Amino acid sequence: MESLTNTMHAVPLNHYILLSTIIFAIGVMGVLIRRNAIVIFMSVELMLNSVNLLLTAFSVYRGDATGQVFVFFIMALAAAEVAVGLAIIVMIYRNTNSIDINVLNRLKW
Amino acid sequence: MNQLIWLIPILPLAGFIINGLGRNSLSKSVIGFTGSLLVLISFGLSIAAFFQVKSTGVPINVNYFTWFAVGTLKFPFAFLIDQLSAIMLLIITGVGFLIHLYSIGYMHDDEGFGKFFAYLNLFVFFMLLLVLGSNYLILFIGWEGVGLCSYLLIGFWYTNPDYADAAKKAFVMNRIGDLGFLLGMFCIIHFYNSLSFSEVLPAIATSKKGVEIIAICLFIGACGKSAQLPLFTWLPDAMAGPTPVSALIHAATMVTAGIYMIARSNILFTLATDTTEIIAYVGLATALIAALIALTQTDIKKVLAYSTVSQLGYMFLGLGVGAYTGAFFHVLTHAFFKALLFLGAGSVIHAMSGEQDMRKMGGLKGKIKTTFTTMMIGTVAIAGIPPLAGFFSKDEILAHAYAHNPVFWVIGVITAMLTSFYMFRMMYLTFYGKFRGTHEQEHHLHESPPTMTIPLIVLAILSFVGGFIGVPEVLHGHHELAAFLEPVFKKSNEILGEHHLSESLEYALMGTSVVLALAAMGWAYIKYAKNGSVPVADTEERPALTSISYHKFYLDELYDLIIRKPLDWLSTFFYNIVERLGIDGLVNGIGKGTIETSKGLRLLQTGNVGFYIFIMVLGIIAVLFYSVFGLTKI
Repeated sequence: MESLTNTMHAVPLNHYILLSTIIFAIGVMGVLIRRNAIVIFMSVELMLNSVNLLLTAFSVYRGDATGQVFVFFIMALAAAEVAVGLAIIVMIYRNTNSIDINVLNRLKW
Repeated sequence: MNQLIWLIPILPLAGFIINGLGRNSLSKSVIGFTGSLLVLISFGLSIAAFFQVKSTGVPINVNYFTWFAVGTLKFPFAFLIDQLSAIMLLIITGVGFLIHLYSIGYMHDDEGFGKFFAYLNLFVFFMLLLVLGSNYLILFIGWEGVGLCSYLLIGFWYTNPDYADAAKKAFVMNRIGDLGFLLGMFCIIHFYNSLSFSEVLPAIATSKKGVEIIAICLFIGACGKSAQLPLFTWLPDAMAGPTPVSALIHAATMVTAGIYMIARSNILFTLATDTTEIIAYVGLATALIAALIALTQTDIKKVLAYSTVSQLGYMFLGLGVGAYTGAFFHVLTHAFFKALLFLGAGSVIHAMSGEQDMRKMGGLKGKIKTTFTTMMIGTVAIAGIPPLAGFFSKDEILAHAYAHNPVFWVIGVITAMLTSFYMFRMMYLTFYGKFRGTHEQEHHLHESPPTMTIPLIVLAILSFVGGFIGVPEVLHGHHELAAFLEPVFKKSNEILGEHHLSESLEYALMGTSVVLALAAMGWAYIKYAKNGSVPVADTEERPALTSISYHKFYLDELYDLIIRKPLDWLSTFFYNIVERLGIDGLVNGIGKGTIETSKGLRLLQTGNVGFYIFIMVLGIIAVLFYSVFGLTKI
């Protein structure tokens, strides 16, 4: 445990923040640009995990385990969310024979 | 006796409830009998109360309960019978009973018989409440109540739109006056923190706070109710109601409520010298103008209506010059002879199968003898020819007017002369000469049934002898009425002092007015009875002066022009511009604006999920920017 902390301290906190931001931005762009529901879904996961990374980094730098405990909860929740999300995507596919979200445009005026 | 006072107003109210509820189920004789009997019992109780007050000289004060209290202000529900209200009670229930009796005959063939008696009883109830109340508030309840009954009874034949309009007119005109009365009451509360006569009037006598403003407000109220300039035009139109109503409400009782109220607050008006001066002028102007209008009217009831307005003007003149006893004396005698004249006119109309136009009457003298005789007595009484009632009361007012200002006397005497002329003109046109109606009407001519003639006879007797209760000292009489009313007007008389006219001057004044009245009678005789001149038909041209008088000085047209037209114009303006463009425009504009904006904005809902997400991200970025930098830093 000591060594892990030391290893992490070898990289400055700013780098973690930068990395998380980049991953998060990639996630956002993925959600905005891609039309494939599964890719969008993956991008959402990417955003989620970038935040997890940030939480862990802060936790280590503060010497407080609360952040890491929190990450576990998020991961558990994400697993459940994935189940629901994938189920929705399967239903979309069954109804429209496609997972292109632009097909779902009937929710309008 | 004191325990029975509450019965006096309650009995007519019971009559109203019985007749009102049973108007369709009870037979006409039962309704007529109940309605009249209950008023008769009230009359009996009133006589008892009158004699108690007369013998003890102490007013009867009965306190029932505190109606409501606001802070230190208390409004007790209490009755007060002093000398003034005792006489009013007798007039209301006595004349009221006779008119109820008369109505049994007069209204016999009317479908609304039950309704009529119910209203009539309700009127008597409110009128009794008005005179019995021991404070201005109860007086005001009665005041409003009689106004309501007046409205209901003027519009009794409401299927005729003209009659309904007349009722509305009376109601609206009265409202204008009532506003004055209300303001007067507020002023009294403001200055004296009470409305009870027993507290306010002595306080006024000592502190004299705000007397002018209170007096002028109350006088405006009296103007509306008692048909004085400029609010008198409703009274002639009120003749649309059945004739007994005209006799009871619009001659004998309700219209004298204003005089009663002023006589009741006499100390206030005595102290408010400017206001009493105005009252005298208004009364004089009303008396003269109404008399001038009456000269050329052709409808028998209209003549009487204007005559009533004129006589009310006289009473106000009396109040204005401080002749409180005289004014009240005139109320009393006027109640007798004017009720008599109206009922007589009703009897004539009854005989003529509903015809009211004097141009179509004539020569009725021999056909309806009782009506003719009694009406003649009434006419002589109102004309002021001694020794009938009108002479004494009119003379008293005129003597005071002379003492106050001889010009008042001159105009008063001219008015008296005109009164004599138009009354005899009415008599000669109706009863002398040749019959001018249709053959059918002539065939139907008949004397009225006893229920109608008995009240006429009783009132004729009263008009004959009524004046003797107030024979002036100068004629070696004893002024019974003045002595009786003395406690009520004591303080005012002390302030005003006796008027001092020498004996010979008083004889001269009386002589002049009597000679002029007789001259006018002779003139009317020559013109209408001997020469048989008849007013021209409506279609023909009239001389200019006659035309002005016939058209009531164009007062209705004038009011139309200066009040109704601008109001109409203003209403149209408000309707078209403010309401339609302004308010409607604003409300509809907001609605339309919302719809139009929504039409544009809904296009944002593309249904494209990607677009939604994009907007959401933009939103989140905006929120982040806001929370990080804050608005001020951007």
